[in-house]
Amino acid sequence: MILETKALTAAYGQFRALFGVDVALAAGETVAIIGANGAGKSTLLRSITGVIRNEAGMVLHRGEAIGALPAEVVMQRGIAMVPEGRKLFPSLSVEENLLIGGQVRRAAGPWNLASVYELFPILRERRLVPGTALSGGQQQMVAIGRALMSNPEVLLCDEISLGLAPVVIRDIYAAMPRIKASGAAIIVVEQDIGRALSVADRVYCMMEGRVTLAAPAATVSREAIHAAYFGEAA
Amino acid sequence: MIWVDTIVQGILLGGLYALFAAGLSLVFGIMRLVNLAHGDLIIFAAFAILLITSTFGLNPFVAALIAAPVMFVLGWALQRFVLNRVLGKDILPPLLVTFGLSVALQNGMLEAFSADSQRIPAGPLESASVDLGIVTVGWMPLLTFATAIAVIIGLNQIFYRTALGRAFRATSDDPVTASLMGIAPKGIFAIATGLAMVVVTIAALYLGMRANFDPSIGPARLIYAFEAVIIGGLGSLWGTLAGGIIIGVAQTLGAAINPEWQILAGHIAFLVVLLVRPRGLFPRAVD
Repeated sequence: MILETKALTAAYGQFRALFGVDVALAAGETVAIIGANGAGKSTLLRSITGVIRNEAGMVLHRGEAIGALPAEVVMQRGIAMVPEGRKLFPSLSVEENLLIGGQVRRAAGPWNLASVYELFPILRERRLVPGTALSGGQQQMVAIGRALMSNPEVLLCDEISLGLAPVVIRDIYAAMPRIKASGAAIIVVEQDIGRALSVADRVYCMMEGRVTLAAPAATVSREAIHAAYFGEAA
Repeated sequence: MIWVDTIVQGILLGGLYALFAAGLSLVFGIMRLVNLAHGDLIIFAAFAILLITSTFGLNPFVAALIAAPVMFVLGWALQRFVLNRVLGKDILPPLLVTFGLSVALQNGMLEAFSADSQRIPAGPLESASVDLGIVTVGWMPLLTFATAIAVIIGLNQIFYRTALGRAFRATSDDPVTASLMGIAPKGIFAIATGLAMVVVTIAALYLGMRANFDPSIGPARLIYAFEAVIIGGLGSLWGTLAGGIIIGVAQTLGAAINPEWQILAGHIAFLVVLLVRPRGLFPRAVD
């Protein structure tokens, strides 16, 4: 496994958000994590990236404990994040936003400015404007491109369809096969179950800080997802 | 004609105030840290330059060149080992720590260098002047102003043309997301404070060559720096230069009317700008 969580717990002060979460990601695999608002999906990604500190043994990267490492060190190991809300840097142009993604860690791989512009051609036209001057969908493209620039081993995508129009979501998800083909293992956190299943090899469903379902995306039934998502079977 | 001369002298004086303020502006712009010891650090650097010139008999410009990297390391260490520990959501702890640093620096310098007034000897440069046709200006004020502009251009080049500057701006925007890019925000802060101390050394060079200084005058220099930064708009370096010029011109105009009004006129100009533009002349859009 390239990335694993073991009995991962996390809390914001007194509020406990994750209760013993076990998730695994194999090399080259795409995993979807679905669940309602507040299920703990984003907290899980924040814990993996080190934005929330954990006990070391709770997160493993290639078998090594990384749970207690600061976010910048986790990223330098090859785990890149597309954060929820896109979080472009307002003081940086589109191109600078992309460049900063590969500034500290730049592994060998297919992604560079040219290939990101090829993936999202509109960004080349708008490369000199401030990142935050773009539409929401274009900003999401920058956020994805920025994470790709380091040629990560693991790409974590947090709610990339949130707040975007369906036609824009379709454009963004149209890029996913090429990103998968470039070799990165991907975790997609989504509320949009259909989109998530369309790209994933396996799916986890979360509810109230726990994993309620783990299944192959191709064979999982609507009923099983429904039960895991809303907790009706439990 | 006397008025043209007064205004030109004021503009050139503004260059000195901009030099005082540029380091403050840099640090505030990147990490929202108000360094109350900034003035004392300028005086500290002036003593360092003086010590190097008198010990080795070097030209003050060469001495500053030697002092600058030392000051960079001191600034880096100050940020890394002290200020980074108190930076956070609450702005009070860093204020208290830099205030304490200010007191400690003043007393330390008093012990080390005594309360005597000192000056960095600059040789013939001190009194040399150049006739510009309409007005005659001293080489020293002219050089100060040119240096202020060079420092601001240099800092802007670093900010907007280098990878380090990109990291400065990204960290200033959002340190958490910057860390997701592999950037260690606290490391960036330490480099920024180191860089600010290089600017402090340059400010100290001109302060020490142009006027007498002693361990107690840091806070008074800090006031001018603050006013220049705030008039210009927090975090804008060219704004800081404009702020320095406004204070400089107000002071020389005030002094031309009545010598007692020099300092007061600068402060009044500051208050007037605050009344008209509370966020300064060139505020940053994202604040």
